[in-house]
Amino acid sequence: MPRLKTTTLYGWLLFAPAGVMLTLFAFSPTIATFWQSLFSRGTARRPSQFIGLDNYEAMLADPIFWQVAKNSLWYAVGTIPTSIAIALGMALWVNSKLPARTLVRMAYFTPTILPMIAAANIWLFFYTPNIGLLDQMGRALGLGGHNWLGDPSTALGAIIVTTVWKEAGFFMIFYLAALQTIPPDLKDAAAIEGAGRWTWFRRVVFPLLMPTTLFVLVNAMINSVKLIDHLFILTKGGPSNASKLLLYYVYETAFSYFDQPYAATLTVVILLTLGLLAVVQVRGLDRRIHYR
Amino acid sequence: MTPRRLTLGRCVEVSAAWLLALIWIAPLLYAFWAAFHPPAYVTRFELFAPLTLQNFVEAWGYAPFARYFLNTFLLVSLILAGQFFFCTLAGYAFARFAFPGRDLLFALTLMQLFILPEVLIVENYRIMSGLGLIDTIAGIGLPYMASAFGIFLLRQAFKQVPRELEEAARVEGCGFLGVLWRVYVPVAKPVYLAYGLVSVSTHWNNFLWPLVVTNSVETRPLTVGLAIFGAPESGVNWAVISAATLMVVAPLLIAFLLFQRQFVQSFMTAGIK
Repeated sequence: MPRLKTTTLYGWLLFAPAGVMLTLFAFSPTIATFWQSLFSRGTARRPSQFIGLDNYEAMLADPIFWQVAKNSLWYAVGTIPTSIAIALGMALWVNSKLPARTLVRMAYFTPTILPMIAAANIWLFFYTPNIGLLDQMGRALGLGGHNWLGDPSTALGAIIVTTVWKEAGFFMIFYLAALQTIPPDLKDAAAIEGAGRWTWFRRVVFPLLMPTTLFVLVNAMINSVKLIDHLFILTKGGPSNASKLLLYYVYETAFSYFDQPYAATLTVVILLTLGLLAVVQVRGLDRRIHYR
Repeated sequence: MTPRRLTLGRCVEVSAAWLLALIWIAPLLYAFWAAFHPPAYVTRFELFAPLTLQNFVEAWGYAPFARYFLNTFLLVSLILAGQFFFCTLAGYAFARFAFPGRDLLFALTLMQLFILPEVLIVENYRIMSGLGLIDTIAGIGLPYMASAFGIFLLRQAFKQVPRELEEAARVEGCGFLGVLWRVYVPVAKPVYLAYGLVSVSTHWNNFLWPLVVTNSVETRPLTVGLAIFGAPESGVNWAVISAATLMVVAPLLIAFLLFQRQFVQSFMTAGIK
């Protein structure tokens, strides 16, 4: 048995450094977030004390929370299907015999390597009223100017467009990788059967891409929770919270209003959402999702 | 194979693909236009508008970009070194050592794929205060070092190394760390390269956590510096903001244009960011 003991010892020793880091910066903060959400906000006079679920009650009574939750949902609905559909289209095009294919692929992929902050800086100018590019183009077509980011009804939409632009090319890569694994003789077989392009796509390609779609879907969902950098430049969550997303609200609560327990309570909502996604992903893994 | 016909449908499709490419690259092209022309031409598109580098000179003078570049460079190197160290050891443990509790530990590790450091800003800030690491480059980097994603990737790579190679090295007298260094790491080189590229571009671009944890010029990375610089209330004109934006993205953009295939392959292999 000494052999078994050494492997155990070595295994633990090798994992230990990463284990310490994960415990410090992933596991313990997760647990601490739940714990912290059960306390009141401490002030100079009254130290923070245990208040059970009061923060959660306050959250459910907080109209901004509901507004932000609704925005986050719309943000997810607006970005996820759109960017996946565009990514799939891009991949199909780039995978076909397209003239200047490399150039086209580069154009699609380039936004992926830009920082979100840089992307936001560029898009800000598009959206600026009157002098912005969008309004100038509108004027050329005889339309009036519009304050895209300043109008509560279009602010979130403008944020969504920027996000889709930023992430579609990234998702395209996974579809491209998957498309290249489809054996060419399948296509020949389909051609012999007389299948048209649409049938080929619907009956063969799309089903074969299902694992990739699930993988991309989970990634897009995670992104819709964490991709908020552009809010700092474009709208700061405004006007009147119209484009505020959950993680941005967490940031604001913790570092502008210094209400750590309430920020922790809001974080719990995010953690539960992500936990749910993890379950979806694990279910998908059972069905042999492609992980390379 | 069916013969390729140049039908009307095909033409429409090619045009659509090109149009989409044009739309996708247009924002960046526009930034180039604004950055290389005098401010008066920001929205006047004339073919022979005079070219200038003045906007870059001004941007460089407005904010300590040299320092920001240095900070980002240090940050990205520190994170990469840390990730290679922690993930190599842990990946090796998961790939080759059958120890009790391994599967549970692996499952726990993978949870970090979902519970990202960005989400835990509130508690991580508190921990960094406790460690006295607020406003340090180490403080920005530490939460990302033991990356579940890196551990997963290297575990997969190590698992494919044939056992015979390991046995051969052992016969020559290598210990378990010697085997890791002489056999496993060299075999996994392409994976390190792919992971490295993805890691560098991710952290070059990262914003939220660095924003939270830094508050001085000495530690602030480029993205945070750019955000402060580009804020509308700063009153800097558009051409200069475009120039600053291009400076920030230039290193990655140039690297991408030079090694396009490598980048695309890396992102494919590396999957999740």
